[in-house]
Amino acid sequence: MMITVTVNGERHSHDVEPRLLLVHFLRDVVGLTGTHWGCDTSNCGACVVWLDDTPVKSCTALAVMADGRTVRTVEGLERDGELDPVQRGFMECHGLQCGFCTPGMMMTSRWLLDRNPDPSEEEIREALSGQLCRCTGYENIVRSVRWAAENPADDSTEASQEVSPS
Amino acid sequence: MSAPVHPRSAPTAPGRAIGADLPRVDARAKVTGTATYAFEYPVPHPAYLHPVQATIARGRLTRIDTTAAEALDGVRAVLWHGNAPRLRATDNAELAVLQSDQVFYRGQVVAAVIADTPEAARQAARLVRLDYDQQPHDVDLSPHRGDLYAPKDDHDQGDLEAAMAGAEHALDATYTTPMLHATPIEPHTTTAVWDDSGLTLYESTQGAHFARQELAPLLDLDPQRIQIIAPYVGGGFGSKGPLHAPTVLTVLAARAMFGRPVKLALTRRHMFDQVGYRSPTIQRIRLAANAQGRLSGIGMDATVQTARLAEFIEEATGPTESMYAAPHRHIALRAAELDAAVPGWIRGPGQCPGMFGPEVAMDELAQACGLDPIDLRLRNDPDHDPATGKPFSSRNLAACLREGARRFGWHDRDPAPGTRLVQGWYVGTGVAASRYPVVPPAGPSEATVRHLHDGHYEVHIGAADIGTGAWTVLTQIAADALGAGVQDVQVRIGDTALPEASVAGGSTGTMSWGSTIVAAARAFRDRHGTAPAPGAEASAPLPDNPATEQFAMAAFGAQFAEVHIHADTGEIRVPRLLGAFAAGRIINPRTARSQLIGGMTMGLSMALHEQSIMDPRFGHVVNCDLAEYHIATNADVADIQAHWIDEEDPHVNPLGAKGIGEIGIVGTAAAVANAAHHATGVRVRDLPLTLDHFLG
Amino acid sequence: MIPFDYQRAQTPAAAAAAVAAHPRAAFLGGGTNLVDRMKLGVATPELLVDITHLDLDRIEELPDGTVRIGANVRNSDLAAHPLIRHRYPALSQALLSGASGQLRNTATTGGNLLQRTRCVYFQDTTTPCNKREPGSGCSALEGYTRYHALLGASEHCVATHPSDMAVAMSALDAVVTVQSPHGRRRIPLAELHRLPGDHPEHDTVLDHGDLITAVELPPSAMAARSRYRKVRDRASYAFALVSAAVALDLDGDHISDLRIALGGLAHKPWRALRAEEELRGGPATQEHFRAAAQAELAAARPLKGNAFKTDLARTTLASTLSDLAAPGPRHEEQR
Repeated sequence: MMITVTVNGERHSHDVEPRLLLVHFLRDVVGLTGTHWGCDTSNCGACVVWLDDTPVKSCTALAVMADGRTVRTVEGLERDGELDPVQRGFMECHGLQCGFCTPGMMMTSRWLLDRNPDPSEEEIREALSGQLCRCTGYENIVRSVRWAAENPADDSTEASQEVSPS
Repeated sequence: MSAPVHPRSAPTAPGRAIGADLPRVDARAKVTGTATYAFEYPVPHPAYLHPVQATIARGRLTRIDTTAAEALDGVRAVLWHGNAPRLRATDNAELAVLQSDQVFYRGQVVAAVIADTPEAARQAARLVRLDYDQQPHDVDLSPHRGDLYAPKDDHDQGDLEAAMAGAEHALDATYTTPMLHATPIEPHTTTAVWDDSGLTLYESTQGAHFARQELAPLLDLDPQRIQIIAPYVGGGFGSKGPLHAPTVLTVLAARAMFGRPVKLALTRRHMFDQVGYRSPTIQRIRLAANAQGRLSGIGMDATVQTARLAEFIEEATGPTESMYAAPHRHIALRAAELDAAVPGWIRGPGQCPGMFGPEVAMDELAQACGLDPIDLRLRNDPDHDPATGKPFSSRNLAACLREGARRFGWHDRDPAPGTRLVQGWYVGTGVAASRYPVVPPAGPSEATVRHLHDGHYEVHIGAADIGTGAWTVLTQIAADALGAGVQDVQVRIGDTALPEASVAGGSTGTMSWGSTIVAAARAFRDRHGTAPAPGAEASAPLPDNPATEQFAMAAFGAQFAEVHIHADTGEIRVPRLLGAFAAGRIINPRTARSQLIGGMTMGLSMALHEQSIMDPRFGHVVNCDLAEYHIATNADVADIQAHWIDEEDPHVNPLGAKGIGEIGIVGTAAAVANAAHHATGVRVRDLPLTLDHFLG
Repeated sequence: MIPFDYQRAQTPAAAAAAVAAHPRAAFLGGGTNLVDRMKLGVATPELLVDITHLDLDRIEELPDGTVRIGANVRNSDLAAHPLIRHRYPALSQALLSGASGQLRNTATTGGNLLQRTRCVYFQDTTTPCNKREPGSGCSALEGYTRYHALLGASEHCVATHPSDMAVAMSALDAVVTVQSPHGRRRIPLAELHRLPGDHPEHDTVLDHGDLITAVELPPSAMAARSRYRKVRDRASYAFALVSAAVALDLDGDHISDLRIALGGLAHKPWRALRAEEELRGGPATQEHFRAAAQAELAAARPLKGNAFKTDLARTTLASTLSDLAAPGPRHEEQR
């Protein structure tokens, strides 16, 4: 079946089997492997992307369901070569270790901040509770999202690059 | 070699990198989605593999009908023991995939489909028909089985029975920890290419060389013809340490498809029977003490399970051997060989479950003696290792208990259990000790230092970063060893094309790879001085440390938990968790804190949620996905803090660093269980602490 | 997953006709449950009729005050809608306690009602299950039963319905509108789901090809004083062990009317009619609440591994009632 999906602003038309999952379409057909496949059964959240304007688990959507719609992935977070504040927050606050859950975490975080620019810790924790992290203990993920809230994109202040012995 | 090069780090002054709060060097790759995990290497025209698993737990395959599977569009081959490439005989039967008709456990891989798409492979796998000669299976773990065996010598000293009989306080109770799964978020994945140049694997592994060392003899292949590439690994927690069957399966498929890449990503369900698990443990603990809480007797009889297919022993008695001293001790480990999947490494093997029973028992004893549980531990803190009689290279359990108590606000704690009801929730606090030994690294290491030009260096070592921060801390160690700034050093890891490195396991990575890099830097300076020519290089292996013979070495810690339990429903929440650790020199506080907090969170998850349910009728784990096997979500974690005390240990290694990857998970569950008792008066001796324990 | 055909329906009637015409066709809504089941081999449709483009995504108030929720309204949109939050708070709370944000963004109202049990044996094609394969036996009866039924189960099936939303809707007297190939009909939500009896393969009274087009919530003053309390094994993102949806109409210290539905206990949202009857017209006291909860759970038939849920259901129901009846600030529900 022929489908056209706009991924990160670029139209992609491909003939696909109806049973192809959106996550495999993005990774294997479009070639964007930043979206990870973690659990196969919509439980872990490593595969979260935006379908139209909401985060969804792309392992539980069929590619054909995205026909005529837009998808935004981790590769589409950067704007004009500038990292999204969420990306900078995860770097700055060590919101990742192995990094496998990170793209999905950031996609939901960006969506949360677009709707709620100043979320509380509890709101962040609840918003991200459908996405599992096994490394960090979540503490730094919450701090990363708060960092992004406090350093929105139009704020040109560069993140601190200082490194000090402690 | 294809190990990636990261952007240069923010600068540090020469000699000041260790201890710096350096951001991860691999962070940018990971936040931009460009870090290539094992499944993400672009390979031309790959085939996909899907395993077929046994649906009986013991018996023999009498027939495999692959007709329907092979007839499906896009299917290239169905492998089974009748047609799979032969492997060399191996001591590790777990790896002898598709080599015989025997079924040792339910879920064992007995065939596999290779197809052009993952969808076709998965569909075809369901079409493979299996007939069996089924035999009765046995997956029941009990300390009363007649066929238990002793996988290691008992530790006996004095007369524990007499000590118990004569003690003013004697405790005899049994504790259990359930079967647990590592569940890294990246499933085990392999991309294998076998062509004229040999075998190339893109592998989710904690040790590329370690994996190669196991694979080469199995395949009867010169190790130099095998390259394993693993610069980024999506978590491992032990499960990606030793080689497991799916990797071998993929290699067999790549051999069968000679020249065409083959990819396998396990589904989450496969992760519950293919890549190891933590054995359940049953721990009978006996403690004898005088009126002042001085221990006169310590007993631990632990029962664990191993598999008929291959042996793996969860050494749950390890911590008790070295934790507290008493004149009368009896410590014994027993194992049952079951028709179950093979257990394996999971973060803190032996130590993590093995601290649960003893540290809850200490809490019970403290209560019986009318002592503060910290005080009881301080009174019994030994000055020599009770297991070996050696002095400790450093043992700062007491300092951790005191520092943790101060930060947690322990001093005004009301010891009475079940008395604080706040807005419908019972509130309590608890403490437990943590310990993780300094163990020898699994495998040798070697590092090479190369001068590029103008004071810029590359350091090569085939180490693995499974999320721990190795990319970053090894850069720091190399910078200081070379007297350079981190901006002048590029570390390359995660590839067998680099010098050999030990596996990332047992909290040994930073210590062993770091010490090797220090040795290589010294060798480099010895040979090339301070003004080396471009291209100058030197290598060195991990030096021996004679101090390991003279001293007992371990990291220690103390964990504190605040627990709230709903008076009506028994729901349990942990609003506060605080750990204080003594783990030698901390190379990077940012990565270290994250490792410790991550370990504590996994310990919290073990305390509250985690439990693999083995259905004895079928012989497999039935809650085998992440909807049913609960790990802590973001909302389950609240205020969680990790602190450390300054600990100088001149003996442990040239860096003075002990491992930090595992100590965070050791003791957490006991601290939470002790706090739950303090909240409610209900003593739970079986994990996890689900709400049904606290009802009524 | 076996290969299948995929169509997008243009109208509800056409969708119903397309599915009715093919014995192995299924409607595709958000897909959050169906696609997972297809991956596991539990569902093997040969035709998927995608209904997400149908004009069924509105929440509207009818002249008589009824709120009509289109079947394609996403769970997250429904939970956030002011009409729902203010008039039917229990429904909003139930939705927000279900699954996770990312799934709620995808899952639809109709699909949520028709999601299938998460019984581990139902989802495991290597074990017997009467719901998946009629006549093969029930593995759960003597197996892992933590999330299984106490009420209304049969010797053929002890599965529970996993929806939170449906429990709240059941307490709010919702009515489901259905488009079938032969016309339209209305079914009270409390009668939509079945008890397993001899045919656990049927979750609902719907026939093949029946398409849920909307859920209607009748106007109710009582619903504004409603609450959904979910007790689960994690602080978030877990199915209910026990849940209670309660709506209460108080006249001074007396209960003039009420609705109760329980989740996690049965093959369907369990309307607690016995407890309602005990309480209606009586005093709003702790003792009375406890007695009513006791009476409702008298019929409980726990399995080996879930006896604790009888107590849990009693205490959860009694405490939800008393929290809702309390005039002052309520207990903090969860931390």
